[in-house]
Amino acid sequence: MSELLANDLITPDAGESPLLSLGNVSILKGAPLTRLSLRLREASVKDAGKAFGASLPVKALTCEVGDKRAALWMGPDEWTLLAPEDDLQSVFNSIETALKDQPHALVDISERSESIIVSGEKAAWLLNTGIFIDFSLEAFPVGMVTRTVFHKSPVMVWRTGPDTFVVEAWVSFMDYVAGLLVQAAQELQAA
Amino acid sequence: MSQPFRTEKGGRIDRNAPLTFTFDGEELHGHKGDTLASALLANGIHLVGRSFKYHRPRGIMSCGSEEPNALVGIYRNGDQTPNLRATQVELYQGLQSISQNRFPSLGFDVGAVNDFMSPLFPAGFYYKTFMWPKSFWDRVYEPIIRAAAGLGKPPKSPDHDHYGNLYAHCDVLVVGSGPSGLAAALAAAETGAKVILCDEQAEFGGTLLSESSASIDGKDPADWVSETIAALGAMDNVTLLPRTTAFGYFAHNFISLAERVTEHLAEADPRLPRERLWQVRAKEVVIAAGAIERPMVFPENDRPGILLADAGRTYLNRYGVKVGHKVLVATACDSAWQAAFDLADHGVEVVAIADMRETPPENLMAIASARGIRVEAGCVVTGTLGRKRIKAALLGRLMTSGQVASGGQVECDALLMSGGWTPTVSLYSQSRGKVVWDADKGAYVPGVSVQNERSTGASKGLYGLQATLEDGYAAGEEAAKAAIGKTAKITKVAATGGEAGYGGTLGALPHDRNASRVRAFVDYQNDVTAKDVKLAVREGMQSIEHIKRYTTTGMATDQGRLSNMNALQIASGALERPMTQVGLTTFRQPFTPTTFGLFAGISRGDFFDPVRKTPSHDWAVENGGVFEDVGQWKRTWYFPKNGEDIHSAVTRECKTVRDSVGLFDASTLGKIEVVGPDAAEFLERMYTNPWKKLAPGRCRYGLLLNDAGFITDDGVIGRLADDRFHVTTTTGGAASVVARMEDYLQTEWPDLDVWITSTTEQYAVAAVQGPKARDVIAPFIEGIDLSADALPHMSVKEGTFCGVPCRLFRISFTGELGFEINVSRRHGKMMWETLAKEIEKHDGTTYGTESMHVLRAEKGYIIVGQDTDGTVTPQDAGMSWAIGKKKFDFVGKRGLERPDLTAENRPQFVGLLTKDPKVKLEEGAQITVAENPATGTSAEGYVTSSYFSPALDRTIALAMVKNGQALDGKTLYVPMPDGSIPVEVTGTVFYDKEGARINV
Repeated sequence: MSELLANDLITPDAGESPLLSLGNVSILKGAPLTRLSLRLREASVKDAGKAFGASLPVKALTCEVGDKRAALWMGPDEWTLLAPEDDLQSVFNSIETALKDQPHALVDISERSESIIVSGEKAAWLLNTGIFIDFSLEAFPVGMVTRTVFHKSPVMVWRTGPDTFVVEAWVSFMDYVAGLLVQAAQELQAA
Repeated sequence: MSQPFRTEKGGRIDRNAPLTFTFDGEELHGHKGDTLASALLANGIHLVGRSFKYHRPRGIMSCGSEEPNALVGIYRNGDQTPNLRATQVELYQGLQSISQNRFPSLGFDVGAVNDFMSPLFPAGFYYKTFMWPKSFWDRVYEPIIRAAAGLGKPPKSPDHDHYGNLYAHCDVLVVGSGPSGLAAALAAAETGAKVILCDEQAEFGGTLLSESSASIDGKDPADWVSETIAALGAMDNVTLLPRTTAFGYFAHNFISLAERVTEHLAEADPRLPRERLWQVRAKEVVIAAGAIERPMVFPENDRPGILLADAGRTYLNRYGVKVGHKVLVATACDSAWQAAFDLADHGVEVVAIADMRETPPENLMAIASARGIRVEAGCVVTGTLGRKRIKAALLGRLMTSGQVASGGQVECDALLMSGGWTPTVSLYSQSRGKVVWDADKGAYVPGVSVQNERSTGASKGLYGLQATLEDGYAAGEEAAKAAIGKTAKITKVAATGGEAGYGGTLGALPHDRNASRVRAFVDYQNDVTAKDVKLAVREGMQSIEHIKRYTTTGMATDQGRLSNMNALQIASGALERPMTQVGLTTFRQPFTPTTFGLFAGISRGDFFDPVRKTPSHDWAVENGGVFEDVGQWKRTWYFPKNGEDIHSAVTRECKTVRDSVGLFDASTLGKIEVVGPDAAEFLERMYTNPWKKLAPGRCRYGLLLNDAGFITDDGVIGRLADDRFHVTTTTGGAASVVARMEDYLQTEWPDLDVWITSTTEQYAVAAVQGPKARDVIAPFIEGIDLSADALPHMSVKEGTFCGVPCRLFRISFTGELGFEINVSRRHGKMMWETLAKEIEKHDGTTYGTESMHVLRAEKGYIIVGQDTDGTVTPQDAGMSWAIGKKKFDFVGKRGLERPDLTAENRPQFVGLLTKDPKVKLEEGAQITVAENPATGTSAEGYVTSSYFSPALDRTIALAMVKNGQALDGKTLYVPMPDGSIPVEVTGTVFYDKEGARINV
């Protein structure tokens, strides 16, 4: 399944069986990750990127990917930084060190949300059962990331490949999000 | 298998696929490709329902979604769906249908007595009759009206179907697939634009499917449709949606479509939804909704067997069904003549064409003559005979004086009528467009576009096959260019035949009958007659909006698409004002009736709303916990043991917490990490309390007001470092507090170097409360000195719990020694299970939200939202101590200085003890000074919280009482239905008033 992913960071949770596995779309639980929320002003963007290992994107709704690192634009002064689970302390410390004289807020949100990987030719269709965004490649190219809502739950959607999306929701919302996606996909099995 | 009215050949039904169905229990036969309406007609069944008010026998009148009469119930999966239009119900093997609004049977309906009593039921009958006496409304009139209202019976069981939802975007949405719609879709698709083409019918093609007298590109029109649909279907940029009604046009070119996915199938795959709601954002819209033929308003124009002329033609050409064996065609326009010709060509006897016009077109006269059809020019129908089926029609000769002379009687078993055509402007009107009167066309047509849409073809009053094709191509090209800026060389086809017709009439037709005794129906479904409209005018209604509501004309499921123009003309005549000055009603969403299920979508059962669960959830389920909903959260309410009821469980839990120790899941409390050099300054401005001098490692209770000065949230805030605070909020306030903080940061204080991050779900929180709390947590905590000196009440330290990082708060919401341990969410289950096992060693208990409420009430701690209602200030709540007196400013500071917030007589937070310690007050009960106050006396306050307190072994209550803090020791009363309850006003702290237990 990992060949469906566009980066080396988001991997299916090895111990979990797929939530959905159809010919044209599957849903896999994402493995645990280091997630950090970084807030700072424009002047600190370069230093922070250097310390993190991937530069901070300044264009709205985009991401920058480095070796086992990804920085996702969440707002004009807000980024979500992703790194492997075990790198939490080292990443946290290196950013804090680099920015010790610059105003910023770095907060561990690794466990606030869970991710699922929705992939396959029907992935965009499936997401559109609950998300109003235009997921055509022209409107939402690979690499685009945004916060939005899926039915009644806030989610984050990140397109990591033409037919692959990472969907994150706060942990207590994930049963709702994943459950509805699996339910909506049932009709794809109909003749 | 006899279908006496089926043609020998022709039509688009599959004659090799016979189907069996039932109507009111009678087994009948039809074919694949039939609608229920066409199959019934093929069996010679016209009578399909009883009218709403007079219970008159009614037959199928149209072949489309505007059908006013043929509303039926369909049985499926053990229940029935009422009020479906038989003209839209596709036939399938085994379909079970029933007629409605009749008792005991369709043929003999006792409600038909209303018809003979019709002089008693004029327009506005309800308004006039049920005015007096007033007391009759609830018990007599309303039940009668409700019992009589509605046609079908609502289904009884829960909806067994499920419904899909899909958001979609396109460049060009084309609504309708007649000639202009198909041409528009072709033109737009060829530019490469993303096109959605939808049509409410099962098959694309619209009128082209029943066009017999034309050819397109040298082909039969229906064949051209098949080729065109195949070509469109092969294009990646085109989505074809048959059986899909565009029912709502909203702001910013947002259009909602209802796709009927499985209802036409005898056995649908249960994984498929019954219907799918498409929520489409279209850059451009082409409305090709066509036009609807108008009924003629002549006396007794509602008998079964009377149909719109084009419906008769469609049943013949598309479904292979003859509407009768002897057919009279009554018309005021050209198009109906073609129906007569087609019927004659299929061997149906056309007894006459009665055209109101003195000189119908020569060419039509010639064709009629060649077929030997009798033509009566200047001739109008003045009445019909027959009850459950038309038997004969009365003709009248129009004279130059305007009078009508009797023109004799013709026998017939069907009558096709055409008063001309009305463009379907519903979607345009929904898009907020204003229609304009086109005198040449005799119709209201779309005016200026308000949104990115254009109407094409018959929906803007343009007729004739070649002209509508050309207009459709142009509309499609224009829409695509506007949407994607591209044009393409469009392959266009030419049509021959299908020329535009002319003529038409509006309003009630003249006749030679006794005007007071005959009824000519304007709105069939609501049983509104021409007389009713005139009566409404006589009774003072001047605007069509008032006439509509007084008579209910145009308020049926077709929203007046059939009736409005005739009603307008009748009102115009009665008011002696031009029609354009009578006004026009507005078409609203939905275009046709839409199921509730479609709107509810996935919001039902477990997915009605997100169900949020805490880390202890599974453990609580396994251990018999009883849950309550707190917003979207499932929280454990209490943990009954050995069959305890709530009272005994809560009593045991509360006692155990005070005697030894209790464990409580506090994970749902909102958590916000406030970080940055200006963090203390920011909190100083947000909360009433001072923060700058709070040392790292210490906590403080924070009170949050709104600008008006009222309490909106509270929580304990711990300082982790100079520039980092861990803020907690109420469970319900978690999201709104973050939003308000972000709002202030972005709009008021963008200069502050501080940022907030919600961490509610980052941490799982276990509260361990009680004298043995320290002993319980000690074995698992490392890196923190738990002694009272090192970790006093209201402090916070970071360490580990079972080796995983934790933030340990020493805080209490019970008045006992207490700790709240925060670990990352993933370890929450481990922490809970570890502690749950450990408390057993100390004779402790897990406790739920009910005990939490009781324990805090014993200590007089408020719960924002229970003891406050958005109008309570800190002073009212007795919490002036929480206000930093020396602070320069904070949110709500100026609000608190408003005169009415500092005035006397404000409700204040107090405790109440009933004189009888066993009596528990009702939360929300009113409080009075007098034991038995006179009716109308204002209350002094109300009870906000009320419990049995195990610690005091009596009941306690908290309340808001006017000037309550000055009433300490006084007696007030809580009047209840079975007697007034005397209560004593006390302070709000009932237990351990000195607070000794917390500092151990």
